[in-house]
Amino acid sequence: MKRIISALVHDRPGVLNRISSMFRRRGFNIASLAVGHSEKTGFSRMTIVVDNIEDSQIDQITTQLDNVVEVVEAFDITDQPNVVRETALIKVSATPSTRGQIVEILDLFNGIEVANVSTDWIIIEITGTTDQIESMLTLLEPHGIIELMRTGLIALTSN
Amino acid sequence: MELAGGELICESLIQEGVDLVFGHPGGAILPLYDHLTKYPQIKHVLTRHEQGAAHAADGYARATGKVGVCIATSGPGAINLVVGLATAYMDSTPMVAITGQVTRGAIGKDAFQECDITGITLPVTKHNYLVTKASDLPMVIKEAFHIAKTGRPGPVLIDVPRDVLQELSNFEEYPQTIDLPGYKPHVKPELSQVKKAVDLINKSKNPIILAGRGVQISGAEKELLEIAEKAQIPVISTLLGLGSFPGSHYLSLGLMGMHGSAFANIAADESDLIINIGARFDDRIVGKVEDFATNAKFIHITIDPSNINQNLEADVPIVGDAKSTLEMMSAMVIKTTRTKWLARMEELRTKHPLHIPESDSILPQYIIRELWNETKGEARIVTGVGQHQMWAAQLYPTNVERGFITSGGLGTMGYEVPAAMGMQMGRPKDLVWSIAGDGGFQMTMQELATIRDEKLPVKFAIMNNSYLGMVRQWQELFYDNRYSQIDIAGPNWVKLADAYDIKGIRVEKKSDVRSAIQEANDHDGPVLIDFVVEQEGNVYPMIPAGQSVQEMVEDPEMHTKSSAVLK
Repeated sequence: MKRIISALVHDRPGVLNRISSMFRRRGFNIASLAVGHSEKTGFSRMTIVVDNIEDSQIDQITTQLDNVVEVVEAFDITDQPNVVRETALIKVSATPSTRGQIVEILDLFNGIEVANVSTDWIIIEITGTTDQIESMLTLLEPHGIIELMRTGLIALTSN
Repeated sequence: MELAGGELICESLIQEGVDLVFGHPGGAILPLYDHLTKYPQIKHVLTRHEQGAAHAADGYARATGKVGVCIATSGPGAINLVVGLATAYMDSTPMVAITGQVTRGAIGKDAFQECDITGITLPVTKHNYLVTKASDLPMVIKEAFHIAKTGRPGPVLIDVPRDVLQELSNFEEYPQTIDLPGYKPHVKPELSQVKKAVDLINKSKNPIILAGRGVQISGAEKELLEIAEKAQIPVISTLLGLGSFPGSHYLSLGLMGMHGSAFANIAADESDLIINIGARFDDRIVGKVEDFATNAKFIHITIDPSNINQNLEADVPIVGDAKSTLEMMSAMVIKTTRTKWLARMEELRTKHPLHIPESDSILPQYIIRELWNETKGEARIVTGVGQHQMWAAQLYPTNVERGFITSGGLGTMGYEVPAAMGMQMGRPKDLVWSIAGDGGFQMTMQELATIRDEKLPVKFAIMNNSYLGMVRQWQELFYDNRYSQIDIAGPNWVKLADAYDIKGIRVEKKSDVRSAIQEANDHDGPVLIDFVVEQEGNVYPMIPAGQSVQEMVEDPEMHTKSSAVLK
């Protein structure tokens, strides 16, 4: 199963290494990891998505994270009211003849921008839930996806 | 006042109450060694190998409860500390290691004797630092000592580039407070959880206490004795828990687990409540989780929240230190007698005693028992790793707080020489016996020179069977007697001792065992005894790895030709 963990950590060299090292040596699989400045100077917020883990391992992950001196707090927020988003940049093949069909697909979604365009491709920027991004990719697949970059989930609790 | 980085380290160590460090100099750490000469209040012990410095600091810390300090240079020096750091990490020993590093500008350029020691030690330290400014040193050292000794203790490494050791910085006073928002050990337990635990204890008919190292770390020996006596609860112990409860006490059942006594293991299996105080329910204790004490409920007291449900799901988990928790519990636990349960304990001890097989040759078990008889369980014991370690744990029930130190979690052979040195330095007036294997001793025996230099009166009992005994036992039992690479004959041990100006005694006859022990005790200085012991002998009882008490193997000869020595 998949879980979303939110952590507030000191913004110092080596912190990411400490955290990823703990996940690796305890055998927890990181599906995605996003990190950036938080509202507090000197602290970063991380959203870590883990998959293929058992229920019994969730507490292990958060308590082991808490044991890292530079982790201020770490919670499993999967089952809490939350806002979860991901951004993807998709470079998709688009010739003048197929471009119209692709734009039709884009109209089906919210949070879309055409970030760049050339004679034979379009770079699409989509921000949404994982499901929205997955269905966008399914629809674009037949046109040929040249490159894909996803940020991984970012999340905040909404309570 | 302007001080160099090396001086800041010395000043900070003094502020932390450090008067003894173990180490080995080298290029990158030279500025610190230069400044050390100006601080005679810090005694430096020069070990012959950095591993020796780390184990000595570990042995010193375990024997005293203070933070052990070791120092090494960059690259190979720092890497040689690693097994000692990992040993300390697994067994929760408070330690601070200071390593030299190449200059700041050379880091990352594959400089001479450069290595990424903070990267290498990441998984075997509680925390580590690479210091980039001399002015950071006092706060880093303050934090390092705080982290090392609080919560679940562990080793902290501080890596200092050579030019930081030389850099001048203003030093007014040592910091009084620290700000670590990510580090808040949970010492005081939740009252509601403690009440639930007490309720289980008061209702239990057949409870048992499993004492771990957390008892000693938090200094809860008195509280443990008090609650055990008040509620009449028998006490079993993990390997690292030995020394938490007096071994000769009528409620003490001693070591349980893979090589624990049959009576301790059966008692755990028959109990209806196991109260784990400061242990982590590791695989050597539990074996097969589904078959472990199937009728029992579990109370798990630990300072480390990640230990809760890590190996075994507890009915009442309590996050807190052993001392605070037991203090709260003691007042609420009802005084009782438990005549029937204690009678059952006596029955188990009689039916399944620890015993020594009859033999004309010298058995290590016999030596350990004679050592106990001669010292009445009052000597401080250090062991190596292997068969002799298990026999020492079974047959030397210590009566001394912090009186039994051994590498339990990591199982580091060679621990017995430098750790004994550290223990003796921490307890200069006490009798220290190192029960050693001839295999492990050969891994760290260069420290005999340090022991000679420091005039440490450590007594070494080498169980010399010229075999890697525990490996041989596993090859006999689990690999159809196919012996592979176990002949590990050492030097002429008496000549070796002599080469270091240490008294050496060789014992080949059973009748000479006791007198050799007496001679060693009477000698005012270090002694090495080469006990030529039976080559092949197995440690029993044994619960094979991953199995349960149902599969426990007791000595096949137990009821034919052996004598019970410990009930």
